[in-house]
Amino acid sequence: MTSLPPASAYNGRASFRQLAGLTWRESRSARRRLLLYMSAISLGVAALVAIDSFADNVTRSVREQSRALLGGDISFSSNRPYTAEQNAFLDTLAIKNGATYAHVVTFPSMALVPRSGGTRLVQVRAVSANYPFYGEITTEPAGRWSMLKTAPVALVDPSLLVSLNAHVGDSITLGLGRFVIAATLKDVPGSAGVAEIIGPRVFIPERYLPETQLLVFGSTADYGVLAKLPNKANPDKIIGPERPKLEKMQLRARTVTQSEENTTEAIKQLSQFIGIVGLVALLLGGVGVASGVRAFVARKIDTVAILRCLGASSGQVLAMYVAQAAAMGLIGSIAGAALGVAVQFGLPSVFKDFLPVDVTVTLEPAAILTGIAIGGWIALIFSLRPLLALRNVSPLQTLRRDADSEVLRMRWNDIPRVAVNVALALSVVAIALLRASTVRQGLSISGATFAVIGVLTLSAVLLSWLSRKALREHWPYVIRQGVANLYRPANQTQSVILSLGFGAFLITTLVLVQSNLLKQFNIKVDKSNANLVFFDIQEDQFLPVDSMVRSSGKVLQTAPIVTMRIASINDRSVEQIIGDARARITADSLARAQRGEKPLTGEERRDAQRNAPNGPGGRQQQAGRPGWALRRDYRSTYRDKLTSSEKIVQGKWFSAAAQHGDTGEVSFEKDVADELHIKLGDVITWDVQGVQIASRVTSLREVTWARFEPNFFAVFSPRSLRDAPKQFVLLADVRGTPKVAALQRDIVKRFPNVSSVDLSLVQQTVEKILRKVSTAIRFMALFSLAMGIPVLFSAVAATRRDRIREGVLLKTLGATRGQIMKILLAEYALLGILGSLTGMVLAIGGGWAITHYVFDNDFSPALGSAVAIAGAMLGLTVAIGLLAGRDVFRETPMSALREG
Amino acid sequence: MLSKPTIRIFMLIAKEVTREYRSGDQQIAVLRDVSFSIPQGSFVAIVGPSGSGKTTLLGLLAGLDTPTRGQVILDGSDLTKMSENERARLRGEKVGFVFQSFQLIPTLTARENIQVPLELQGADGAAARADDLLERIGLKARGHHFPMQLSGGEQQRVAIARAFANNPRILFADEPTGNLDAATGARVFELLESLNRESGSTIVLVTHDAMLAQRASRTIRLADGAVVGDTEATA
Repeated sequence: MTSLPPASAYNGRASFRQLAGLTWRESRSARRRLLLYMSAISLGVAALVAIDSFADNVTRSVREQSRALLGGDISFSSNRPYTAEQNAFLDTLAIKNGATYAHVVTFPSMALVPRSGGTRLVQVRAVSANYPFYGEITTEPAGRWSMLKTAPVALVDPSLLVSLNAHVGDSITLGLGRFVIAATLKDVPGSAGVAEIIGPRVFIPERYLPETQLLVFGSTADYGVLAKLPNKANPDKIIGPERPKLEKMQLRARTVTQSEENTTEAIKQLSQFIGIVGLVALLLGGVGVASGVRAFVARKIDTVAILRCLGASSGQVLAMYVAQAAAMGLIGSIAGAALGVAVQFGLPSVFKDFLPVDVTVTLEPAAILTGIAIGGWIALIFSLRPLLALRNVSPLQTLRRDADSEVLRMRWNDIPRVAVNVALALSVVAIALLRASTVRQGLSISGATFAVIGVLTLSAVLLSWLSRKALREHWPYVIRQGVANLYRPANQTQSVILSLGFGAFLITTLVLVQSNLLKQFNIKVDKSNANLVFFDIQEDQFLPVDSMVRSSGKVLQTAPIVTMRIASINDRSVEQIIGDARARITADSLARAQRGEKPLTGEERRDAQRNAPNGPGGRQQQAGRPGWALRRDYRSTYRDKLTSSEKIVQGKWFSAAAQHGDTGEVSFEKDVADELHIKLGDVITWDVQGVQIASRVTSLREVTWARFEPNFFAVFSPRSLRDAPKQFVLLADVRGTPKVAALQRDIVKRFPNVSSVDLSLVQQTVEKILRKVSTAIRFMALFSLAMGIPVLFSAVAATRRDRIREGVLLKTLGATRGQIMKILLAEYALLGILGSLTGMVLAIGGGWAITHYVFDNDFSPALGSAVAIAGAMLGLTVAIGLLAGRDVFRETPMSALREG
Repeated sequence: MLSKPTIRIFMLIAKEVTREYRSGDQQIAVLRDVSFSIPQGSFVAIVGPSGSGKTTLLGLLAGLDTPTRGQVILDGSDLTKMSENERARLRGEKVGFVFQSFQLIPTLTARENIQVPLELQGADGAAARADDLLERIGLKARGHHFPMQLSGGEQQRVAIARAFANNPRILFADEPTGNLDAATGARVFELLESLNRESGSTIVLVTHDAMLAQRASRTIRLADGAVVGDTEATA
């Protein structure tokens, strides 16, 4: 026999390379399992990466195309033709800054194709020859845009040709003007698909606009002027100092920067919401990881004990398994990021109809790396908690094996454990702050997370205590055994209730918030019989239009419309009120600057205004009134009855005296009254086309806007406005598509300025959009539910070995399959009921808080959905529990008992 | 004329070692005042009936556990005064283990299992040493196999090779043939003896197999947690 070679010289401790090698080799069989646990975070990372990348894509695309979106460097607009003062302002700007101008007048009108007889409401855009300054409008056939410079032609959206049964070369009539359709529009910068469906665009040359004779008294139109500045001019610097003057002239001005902000605002809000969902999914994934790693740790007790016998220190052992978990967490995050990138590529086509730009999809390294980093960190910190228990595994376990729960028990005041708990809590707060839009929101999210965990832990403790107290000797054995499982040593009550309850809470909250948001769009067309609406009817046209409609169907409702602006509130003019607000904001900013605080962001400023104290003096209230509500045009009506879509929430409907007094009465829509800080008894003086009319607020109304009926912010008592210049809107019920089409055609031929909308077309469009939104929501709910499954599996897996060992022991002692299944059923059903119910109750609270505080909406708990989710979670828990039972019958008694 | 006294260097000293466990309100003593010394290079068997405290004593002697009272001194180091990590380091440097249930790491191959103690100590050439040991135990061709692919006897041979990988000063064996049939057990034990002869290690063997105990140079007999016999084998 050859002699043993001498052992090599020791250097005392394993080198990094040696430890890494050992870690790698030891992870061999655990990799797949660990990766499975870590996959719980993949979906969360995917959501974060997809939405962040997409938002970055959109923002960058908007930035790149911002000039093309606006068409110029500055865009001015007004809903009235420009006054001499406004024109003088533009002239001065041109002289001082070398600006040149292009014009675009936008308004709705009926389009008629004489050859086919088809009519359709369209968005007319009458443009000057040099429109637009930036961006290219492409046509089919190509190159026809320039024809607008020379001839009375129209370039139209392709959808219009389809609905009017027309083709390129046909004539199209707009009012009294006739245009040849020269081409269809292929690509127009800044177009969003949905608007195009409701009102297809028709571009015509501005110089032929007068021929249409469409812009008459009261017509709704937007008069736009685009300014092009010399190359190095800064539009914001030029416009900034002119803002007060512009406001006074009631001329809106937007620069490229503002246009960018406005365009990206909505996508930022959307990405923030989905981002929070992603974060929440990630936290749920973290809970899953923690449970999964607990199961993993239980499997590693024997190996750790051997390693400790062979001289491994507790630090080395911990380092090995932390490295394994971190590596798998990183891989899980990378897989999630890859999935997110794949989803990102699909998102532009989903949101195509809602986006104003062509989104160029590119990889966004910052979003990808952030997603991986957050995912990796969540995986690490959540797995660190159970992994710490491996430090306590004694080498003595090689000789005499205790129960897993005994081996892994940690003291509550174990310093590393406390440190990891603190780090975990801080991580949740930090990531919530990183993702939320405000500090308050971030703290709310993390606070709510901790509160939910606290309540669930408490529920679990309560369930253990109750089951111990409630257990009765006379209960059947299997029930007693199942209930006893809830409180005996090594029970899984806390881990399952926490995972299940947290999952149920997150999913239900998501669904409740979504259904409450969607509720806003739930237009109840069926409640109204109207299928045709006519508007822009002049006073002298009203009677003939009314009789034409009556000859084809029924007139359901008519409403006079008077255009007006607010002149003063309680004798303070709009200018004074806005001046007060500006002074307050300046004083506030100065005070902040003196205190060394940062200036408020736009959102914080809006928050501050919303939350301004409503003192009785009114002055403070006025300071918070938003400019838009003070300066806007109000299209109001007068009548003596409430309609079915409104109800009084404060005050009383018009009194009999109102018909005779000097000051008329007005009823305000509640939300706009809130915006304006108007209360009952306030006197509002209106500028009705140059005539001042005073009115006292006598009631506030709640209005169901989501009805196809004309509704108004301000409704006057009839006497106040009877003599004011007005136009009418008329709602009709005309049955049969040919009848509708014939009526529209007859009216547009006789009264070209009167527009009409076939509500069934609108309804179809709305339903189409709602279907898309519903699909998206269903996808999100399914996604969340899919998240819940691995988390629950992990929670049950954590104590699976103990369960199997006990089951096999019972089997050895003569328990039948049915008995073991019943024991498991009793245990998991109780866990499932309590976990999902607690989660559901918490979710109703959480859903209310989010809907109320974040989205500023009313909340109604969709109990049906909540109960369905709770039921699904209960079913899932029982199914997963019974699957563990199936494993009991796979094991032979010897193998399991030898292991123990 | 007085003969020159022989200097005996003790590898292991147990002084009044007591181990108690708490069971409910009661303290139960599993070992009571156990004392003995084991010189370097000896082969000692600890025997006794089931429940006599053999395995508990082995755990205490190897530094896997600490006594409630008393002292354990291993190669001059007082285990009772060392932290768990210090004891782990000592085990890695000086102690080898052979268990009844082999205790191989299931996720590592036979060769990798042998490498572990050397790698934990930061030794160079762990792979070469493992190959050499595999050859010595006659399993060179099976080095890449996982424990579950090996028979019981083969697993125990790998465990023995692992125990000798770091040239331990002392080897603890807990019923090393308990899970093997008689013939395989005998062959495995021969391997243990042969490797021990070459390395000069001290062996502490826990067994209830009287035949196995007979091959030791000394037998310490335990009953009810106390030493009831300590006999040297006659050559």
